[in-house]
Amino acid sequence: MNLQRRDFFKVLSAGVITATTSRSAQARPTFKQPPDAVGLLYDATLCIGCKACEVGCKTRNEKPNVHSEIEEYFGVSGVWDDSRDLDSATMNKIKVYKNGTAAVKDREIDGFSFVKRACMHCFDPDCQSACPTSALIKDPVKGYVTYDKDACCGCRYCQVACQYLIPKFEYHKALPELVKCEMCNHILEEGGITGCAEWCPTGATIYGKLDDLMAEARKRLELKPGDRYSFSVHTVDSDEKKSRPVEKYIDHIYGEKEGGGAQYIMLSAVPFQKLGLPEMPETSGASKSETLQHTLYKGLIGPIILLGGMVVATYRSTKKHQTDE
Amino acid sequence: MSKKGSIDVMTGQRLTGLEQKGVSRRDFLKFCTAMAATMGMPLSMADLIAETVGSAKRPPVIWLHFQECTGCTESLLRATHPSIEHLILDLISLDYSETLNAAAGHQVEEVLHNSVKENEGKFILVCEGSVPTNDGGIYCKIGGSTALDIIKDIGPKAAAVVAIGSCASWGGVQSAAPNPTGAKGINQILTDTTIINLPGCPASPYNLLSTILYYLTLKKLPELDAMGRPKFAYGRLVHENCERRPHFDAGRFAEEFGDDGHRQGWCLYKLGCKGPETYANCPIQLYGDVGSNAWPVGTGHPCFGCTEKGVGFTKPIHQQATVFTVTPPATYPDIVEEKTTGGWTIGGAAIAGAAAGAAVTAGIKVAKSLSEQETKDNQTSEKEKS
Repeated sequence: MNLQRRDFFKVLSAGVITATTSRSAQARPTFKQPPDAVGLLYDATLCIGCKACEVGCKTRNEKPNVHSEIEEYFGVSGVWDDSRDLDSATMNKIKVYKNGTAAVKDREIDGFSFVKRACMHCFDPDCQSACPTSALIKDPVKGYVTYDKDACCGCRYCQVACQYLIPKFEYHKALPELVKCEMCNHILEEGGITGCAEWCPTGATIYGKLDDLMAEARKRLELKPGDRYSFSVHTVDSDEKKSRPVEKYIDHIYGEKEGGGAQYIMLSAVPFQKLGLPEMPETSGASKSETLQHTLYKGLIGPIILLGGMVVATYRSTKKHQTDE
Repeated sequence: MSKKGSIDVMTGQRLTGLEQKGVSRRDFLKFCTAMAATMGMPLSMADLIAETVGSAKRPPVIWLHFQECTGCTESLLRATHPSIEHLILDLISLDYSETLNAAAGHQVEEVLHNSVKENEGKFILVCEGSVPTNDGGIYCKIGGSTALDIIKDIGPKAAAVVAIGSCASWGGVQSAAPNPTGAKGINQILTDTTIINLPGCPASPYNLLSTILYYLTLKKLPELDAMGRPKFAYGRLVHENCERRPHFDAGRFAEEFGDDGHRQGWCLYKLGCKGPETYANCPIQLYGDVGSNAWPVGTGHPCFGCTEKGVGFTKPIHQQATVFTVTPPATYPDIVEEKTTGGWTIGGAAIAGAAAGAAVTAGIKVAKSLSEQETKDNQTSEKEKS
């Protein structure tokens, strides 16, 4: 055998170049907003960190409490739900950003802010793209991403694919399922609203049509800090309002363009990266990975070229070997 | 109290004066210790307080009433450690108080003016109630003079001025819009004097007793906050010491009066509790000396914010409060949590990524060394052939 590394890489790179350059014009676009998209708007400046949304979430989705260090300390169980992060019993989690003295809320330096982490319900979800069995389904009309436990094979590709680290897996169970926020679609179908928005006392989390939420978010960004504004509570078009002064927002709606757009959008006075939200390109990961994959394997041209190259290289080196002898 | 009770069994000592009024040395020291605790001072301070109270000449106190309901006096009358008679007979010399004066009319006016004259610069002035300023202050008159004239005359002659209750502190209920009488707090009238504000509706009598004893014992005023309130009593939010706080932190709220959550003692924030924006020691000091839960939130009603200017009598009772937190709750998860009970974290992903990176690097190295080995082998075999 006399295949030189050099020859191998030559052929390999030739194959890759042919495959990628010739087909890039057919890149799959990032999917757009579903026609009747619903969503959630989380405004961190209104959040008081009371965790009512977590209680609402667990009530609506019948998830158990998570045994915590606090319970450990007091020697009790089942009274205090205090998971440290999103987990297989927690689809919605309030976390806190702290800096320095953490004296003032909604300030980056020497301040603090809360953030509500849950599924973003992307327009073009990476989890759905990565799922080999179509167990994760993006509703074609309303756009929430739901999970079908009967289709799931338990490969957990979705966990690796999701850049927000949302899907969680029931490792402790004999017949485990995947756990992620499904936007309380079972309640929405009955005409209700999500548990988090229903429980939230301040209007930090509101439910509504995504277009309305986006318009509301844009309106809030244009308000003058310090002015009073009537914030809707529970839903974007609610009659229940809560008047309070406007904080100085970061001029950005997180989720508007991140990863091609999402149906859970956020406003904050502290940079989103500080709240643990990743910086994302405006195209989805799924569009890139699918373009690459589908191009490489399109009509099996890429693999054939690669295989052909390898056959040629093998043949040539074998021939050379034979002449040497 | 029996005679036996008035003698300290251990020492046989009697405390002159007090024991005749039925206070045993033990009870007296208990009171001093309680006062030290209220003021947030070390318990060793109780001895000093005892010494002061036992020896000092009782300071003259003049208690003026303006626009108010006498609730603060009523609340003081119901204090039990010490009771009002011990306070006015042993601790202070209450020279003038419209509620408690036995005398009346010109007789009592004379007492007031004599006391002010005799004790100029030495007496403690306690003001209860706001001062009306509209129309020359005609809305409150005592003995022919307006409240405005009285406070301007007597105020500057006092050694210390204590404004008791929300009315005296900033105007209280009378200053609520549209404020027809132009009611103002004492500190808006006596702008050159340091005034100790003890807001509350009514103010806790123990905050007044502690303030007076602090002044007597240490001969100085207690440390005050920006609103002129003693920090030992008004240093922390009601929210911080509230017995219902764990329910707030766990997101359990009463939605309406009498519902399941309300019956179970859940947090009253959604019902308009002003605890998160009100500084007061109500949850720890309580009211009326009847034991636990004897304060508004304890009985199931949201805090009204009576000690906080701009909250009590200003914000609607059931309007939700603005939450001030001195620091974010320590038990909440950070943005990046290292320990989880399952699934991926950013830290976990980084470690996995590093491991994968190491594996790839190792693979490349192996491939490289294999390739080198191969070349060497080829070269040796060629040499052997030649």
